[in-house]
Amino acid sequence: MARLARLALAEEEIEPMARELSAVLDHIARISELDLDDVAPTSHVIEVTGGLRPDVPRPSLPRELALAQAPAVDGDGFLVPSPQA
Amino acid sequence: MSTTDVFELSATAAAGAIAGGELSAGELFEAYRLRAAADRAAGEDGLNCFTWVAAEAPEDDAPAPFHGVPLAVKDLFCTAGVPSQSGSRILEGYEPPYTATVVSRLRESGARLLAKTNQDEFAMGSSNENSAFGVVRNPWDRERVPGGSSGGSAAAVAAGLAPWALGTDTGGSIRQPAALCGIVGLKPTYGSVSRYGMIAFASSLDQAGPLTRDVSDAALMLRHMVGRDPCDATSLEFPEEIQLPSAERLDGIRLGVPEELSGEGIEPGVLEAFQAALARAQELGAEVQTVRLPHAPHALSAYYVLAPAEASSNLARFDGVRYGLRAQDASDLLDMYTRTRHDGFGPEVKRRIMLGTYALSSGYYDAYYGRAQRVRTKIAEDFRAAFEGVDLIVTPTSPSVAFRLGEKTSEPLEMYLNDYCTVPMSLAGIPAISIPCGLSEGLPVGLQIAGPAFSENRLLDAAHALEQAIGFDGAPARA
Repeated sequence: MARLARLALAEEEIEPMARELSAVLDHIARISELDLDDVAPTSHVIEVTGGLRPDVPRPSLPRELALAQAPAVDGDGFLVPSPQA
Repeated sequence: MSTTDVFELSATAAAGAIAGGELSAGELFEAYRLRAAADRAAGEDGLNCFTWVAAEAPEDDAPAPFHGVPLAVKDLFCTAGVPSQSGSRILEGYEPPYTATVVSRLRESGARLLAKTNQDEFAMGSSNENSAFGVVRNPWDRERVPGGSSGGSAAAVAAGLAPWALGTDTGGSIRQPAALCGIVGLKPTYGSVSRYGMIAFASSLDQAGPLTRDVSDAALMLRHMVGRDPCDATSLEFPEEIQLPSAERLDGIRLGVPEELSGEGIEPGVLEAFQAALARAQELGAEVQTVRLPHAPHALSAYYVLAPAEASSNLARFDGVRYGLRAQDASDLLDMYTRTRHDGFGPEVKRRIMLGTYALSSGYYDAYYGRAQRVRTKIAEDFRAAFEGVDLIVTPTSPSVAFRLGEKTSEPLEMYLNDYCTVPMSLAGIPAISIPCGLSEGLPVGLQIAGPAFSENRLLDAAHALEQAIGFDGAPARA
């Protein structure tokens, strides 16, 4: 699961994490007691109509500003380590 | 006006005094700035409310209606050129290139940025003990938590270090700290305030709102926050103008007390203050009756699936590429990602990312996320049914008064139970306000009032009438 979440966990973090998550999952499992077969899922509670703005071009963030907070920059782009070492 | 008097003014009164020429905006700002800077300098020996304080008072002439009244803003709002770190090591020192819509709106209304406030990392927590920038202390008792996640905002307003503050609420993060610090906190109807520029936790629940000394201040701030924003597709035009509340009576108002949220699990002292507030409401003419929210006891379980699931997705953006922390000496790109996230996120954030990743993973999605979304439907239906018989619903805001620092940090589930009374309203997207309704063991107790979507004006009026009748004294926290 940590690999899927792109999260490195130290050896000593694994046991407490597993124990805490089990306790939370046990609590959450209570919703399996409910009969929800005929219930529609809700992802958004307040109905929004016309949620899209007019498709009008707007200036985008200047490149220098977008790059200003990057940990590493190479010319016009973000610099990252190679995908394969 | 003497300096001590200045700190006793509500934000509304301060703006009025500036407009009337009795008070200078620059002097007011400077008085608060000095207090806030002193707290910042004291670190954890102070209340530790702030992660950044303005270096000087602004020199521009701020417009009406706020006339330059200083505003404290939760760290997770993006403020151009000012650190916006969401309480996290992974964003330490990050200065965004743009400002959140709601902060811009308040600025256009004449508010001026005094400080950024400490918070639980990425708004995940109920005690403000999860901040990378240290715990915040409760001004009523410095050995106790201020609540969370908007703990810095609540403590700052309660202690008189800021006239008012902006916070965010996902499952109770405005209401619970407001309750624990003895101030007013309002979570508006989902969608009524733009989320653009709020560093996201759980997008279907996050909502900005005011933390203030009284109900009128909350109404005034909210009036200048709401409205559709082209940059947030979930934002809405609020159907009416937010009025400044004036009600002193509750004649004909039907208040519903959900039996699921007002008995088991609530501390006796909290229940006692809650019952006293109900009696006060009846004296003001309200009709109090019991209502049922049968699925409310399952709200917490649904919330702790939905919010972490959305968080695990939202927090994927923190990868050490475009901003924030990057772990050094990584062997390859994947190693850089995982080590950056290991170094940058605190334990609670890691826990929620793991939980959310699990709930969304193939094979478990239906059992967790799918079911939680169905529970959400049932909870919204419960509220709709209840509001056919009553106008507003009242509960204690938090099951307990402020607890001791460190008391609940070892058991995440214990901490999550703090949100028991506030999470159902969040899942239903409806507005809810917490007002102080008394003391238990010398610590403030919050009364939560909730209404149907877009009922903010009714909610504020009822809260105002009760506030006037209760006459809660917040002065001890400002001493």
